[in-house]
Amino acid sequence: MSLLRTVELRKRFGALNACDGVDFAVERGEFLSLVGSNGAGKTTLVNLITAHLEPDSGRILFEDRDITGLSVSQRIKAGIARSFQLVNLFDGLSVFDNVALAIFARDGKTAKIATLAANDGDVRHEARAVLAEFGLAAKGELLAGELAQGERKLLDVAVAYALRPKLLFLDEPTSGVSSAEKAQIMDTVSSVVRSGAVTAVVIEHDMDVVFRYSDRIVMMHEGAFLADGPPDAIRANEAVTSILLGIS
Amino acid sequence: MKAAAIALPRLQTRFWPYAGAALVVVLASVPGMVGLYQTQLLTYGLIMAIAALGFNLLLGYTGLLSFGHSAYFGLGAYTVAFLLQWLGIHSMELYILLGLPVAAIISALFGYICVRHTRIFFGILTLALSQVLYSLALKFFWVTGGSDGLRVPRPTLLAGMIDFAGSGGFPRFIRSYYYYVLGIFVLSTAIMWVIVHSPFGKALQAIRDNETRARFLGLRIRRFRWAAFLLSGTFTGLAGILWVPLNGLTTPDVLYWPFSGEIVFLTLLGGFRNFSGPIVGGIAFTFLKTYAVASTEYWQLLLGTVLVVLILLLPTGIVGALSQVAKRLLAAKEIAR
Amino acid sequence: MSILAIQLLNSLFYASVLFLIAAGLSLIFGVMRIVNLAHGSLFAIGAYISAWLVGRAIGLGVPVIWLLLLIPVAALAVALIGIVIEPLLLRPFYRRAEEYQLLVTFGLLLILEDLMRLVWGGLPLTADTVMDAMPVVHIGGLVYPGYNILVIGIGIAAAVALWVVIYGTKFGVLLRATSQDRRMAAALGLNVGLVYVAAFAIGCFMAGLGGAIVVPSHAAVLGMGVEALVLAFVVVVVGGLGSLKGALVGALIVSFVRTAGIQFFPEVELAVLYLIAAVVLIARPTGLFGTA
Repeated sequence: MSLLRTVELRKRFGALNACDGVDFAVERGEFLSLVGSNGAGKTTLVNLITAHLEPDSGRILFEDRDITGLSVSQRIKAGIARSFQLVNLFDGLSVFDNVALAIFARDGKTAKIATLAANDGDVRHEARAVLAEFGLAAKGELLAGELAQGERKLLDVAVAYALRPKLLFLDEPTSGVSSAEKAQIMDTVSSVVRSGAVTAVVIEHDMDVVFRYSDRIVMMHEGAFLADGPPDAIRANEAVTSILLGIS
Repeated sequence: MKAAAIALPRLQTRFWPYAGAALVVVLASVPGMVGLYQTQLLTYGLIMAIAALGFNLLLGYTGLLSFGHSAYFGLGAYTVAFLLQWLGIHSMELYILLGLPVAAIISALFGYICVRHTRIFFGILTLALSQVLYSLALKFFWVTGGSDGLRVPRPTLLAGMIDFAGSGGFPRFIRSYYYYVLGIFVLSTAIMWVIVHSPFGKALQAIRDNETRARFLGLRIRRFRWAAFLLSGTFTGLAGILWVPLNGLTTPDVLYWPFSGEIVFLTLLGGFRNFSGPIVGGIAFTFLKTYAVASTEYWQLLLGTVLVVLILLLPTGIVGALSQVAKRLLAAKEIAR
Repeated sequence: MSILAIQLLNSLFYASVLFLIAAGLSLIFGVMRIVNLAHGSLFAIGAYISAWLVGRAIGLGVPVIWLLLLIPVAALAVALIGIVIEPLLLRPFYRRAEEYQLLVTFGLLLILEDLMRLVWGGLPLTADTVMDAMPVVHIGGLVYPGYNILVIGIGIAAAVALWVVIYGTKFGVLLRATSQDRRMAAALGLNVGLVYVAAFAIGCFMAGLGGAIVVPSHAAVLGMGVEALVLAFVVVVVGGLGSLKGALVGALIVSFVRTAGIQFFPEVELAVLYLIAAVVLIARPTGLFGTA
C-alpha cells in the first residue's frame, strides 16, 4: 500500500491547467523530489494534498483512506504536514515556542488555559530535542523574527517536523539562501527526516540538491508527470535532461 | 541586526514576580500616603487597567483591534444599575457574580458574530454592535434613564459586612473600595498572566503572528479568536462593574464609541506588545485625562495631540520604550564584558 | 398621500447628505486604504464654516440668494484643511500597521472636535436664513421647504459629478489605478503621493459639502461629527466600502429605514440601523457592492 495516492486529480485556474489528471503515489520512507519549471504544477499539487486548495475533481488517498473531503486540521491529524517556500513562522514568539507550539497543537493541548506553557516538561523536552536535531538549540530564546534567513528556513521545517507527521511536504527548503547554506540545510533536513522515518516530498529547483539527496525524482510539466524514477534513471533520460538543462 | 543578535538573558520571567510583589506593596501603601482624591483617582486607574488588560488580550495577543469595547464596560455598569433597581441588590459580590455572566454572554454572542471577519471589518462590526447597545440605552429611557442615566450609590462590601452609611462614610468608602479594587486587580492580573503564558495564550499569539501557519498546525482559528473575545469582553465588563459604584452613576456615554477609542488609546499609551503595558497605560491615562480636564476646557485637543505625538514617537508605548532602553543598556553591558 | 410624499422627500434630503459623507469616506478608503475616523468631524467643520460664513455675509448685507454660493466655499475650505492634514498626519503612517492609522485619525478627531469648540464655542450655529429665503413648495395641501429640494438636487449633481470624474476623466483613471494596485501604479510612474493628497482632498470636500448643505436645515452643534461618522459607517458597510454605487445605495437604504423608523418605531430607530449594519456585515462582509 502506498502511503499517499492521488487519483485523477485535477485543478484549473482559468485557462491554466495546473493539475491535469494527476496520479501520484508516494511510498513509505521515500525521500522524493518534485521538480519542474515554474508553473508546472508542483506547488498546486502540494496545496491540493495539504488542503490549501480544493480540487476540481479527483481523489486523494492517504493510507488507503479517502481524505479528499478532509479539512486542513483533519489532514494534519491524519499525519500530513508541510513547510513553506516563503518562510511562515511566528515571528513574535521565541524559536523555542515556535516548535513547542507545534507539539502543543499536535497533542491537543492548546485548549489549556489554566496552566503555564513553561510547566509542561514533556513538551519542553521534546521541543529541545527537535531544536537540537535541527542545529538550533543555541538559538532557542531568540525571537523567530531575529534569525538569519537560513536558520529561518530550518526552523520552518522544524516546526512542521515537530508535528511528527507521516508525510512531510517541504516547499523549496533551500530557496533564498546562499549555496554554502543550501548544503547545510539539506544535510540537516534529510538526515533528520530519514532518522525519524518520515516520508518526505521536497519541491526543489536546485538540481544539484535534488540529485544528491533524493531516492526518487518526479518531474512535472504543465500539470502532468513527465518522468518518475531514481536519480540515475532520470539522468539517463534524454527527454528529461534536455528540459532540465533548460531549467537548472 | 539579525546576524549580531545576542541571546539576552530572560530576566523577565525571574524579574517580574519580584517587581510585581514590590508593586503590590507600593500600591497597598498608597491610601496611607496620599489624600482621598488621589486614592480615588488611583482606584479609577486600576479599574481602567483591568479594562485594558482585557482589551489587550484581543489586540496585543490575538491581533484583533476592537473599536467597540465600550459595549462590555457599559454592560457591566448598567447590569449593576439594573440589579440595584430591579432586585434591590447592594452587595458588591453579587454585582460581580451576576454581572460577569452577563458580560460573558454578550461577549460570546458579539464575538461569534465578529470573529468571522478580520482587520477593518472586524473593527467596524465591533463599533456597530456597541452602538446598538448605546442607542438602546439612550432611547429606552424608561428602563435605562436615557441620557440622565441611572444612579448607583455605595454598595456593601464583603457580603454586606461593610457598609458606608452615616457620617464619615465617604472617606471610609474611598479607602475600603480602593483595597477592594486593588485585590481584584491583583487577582485579575494574575489570571490574565496565566492565560497569556498558557498553551492557549501561545496559540493566540501564533494566530496573531501567522494565521496560515497556525492553521497548518491544525489550530481552529475562529474558535481561538472567539475564546479570546469572550475572555476579553468579560474582563472589560468586570471593569465596568467595579467602575459604576465609584462613579455613582452610569450614563450612555460609557457605551458611546469614543469611549472605546479611549480604551484603545490608553492601551497604546502603555504599549500593547507587552503584558504590563496596558496596566501602565490604564493608570497613566486616568491621571493624564484628569489632569487634562482640570487644566483646560480643551482637554480633548490636548489628549488628541498627545495621542498623535505618542504614535509618531513612541509606537511601542511607555513600557515598550522603557524596555527598549533597558535592552540597549543590557546589550552594551554584554558587549563591554 | 402628501404626507408620504413629504416623508419621501425627507428621506431623499437625508440621503443626499449621507451620500456625500459616505462617498467621501469610501473614496478615501478605496484609494488610500485608510478609514478616517475624523471624517465625521470634517463634515461638522463644513457645517460650522458654512454657518459662520452665512452669518458674516448677512452681517455685511449680502443679498440672500448669493448665500448659496457660500456652500461650495465652505466645502473648499474643508478640502484645504484636508490638504494640510494628509502630509502632516497621515503620510507618516502609510507603511505602518493599520491599527496606528486608525488611532492617528482618532487623535485627529479629538483635536478637531475641540478646535470647533475653541473657534465657535458651545452654542449651536445656525444658517436658517438660507433656508427661509428659498421659496416653499406646495405638495398636496402641505407646505414644504424648497431648500430641501435644492439639497436633493445637489446630492444628485454630486453623485453624477463624482461618477464622471472617477470613470470619465484621466484623473479618475489614476485614482482607480492607484486604488487597485498602489505599487503597480507607482512602478508605472504615477505620483502616488499626489494622487493620495488629491483623493483625500476630494473626500474632505464631499464631507464639507455635506455639512454645508445640511446646516441651513439642522444647526451646527458640537458632537454632530461623531454621530455622523457612525451613520456614515453604516452606509458604507451596507453599500460596500470603496464603492461609489454602494455609497449611493447605502445612503438611500439607511435614509429610508431611518425615516420609516422615526415614523413607526422611534425608540429603536437608531438601534435598527446599527443592527442592519451588523446583519449586512455578517451576511455579506464586503457590503452590497464592496470591493475590499
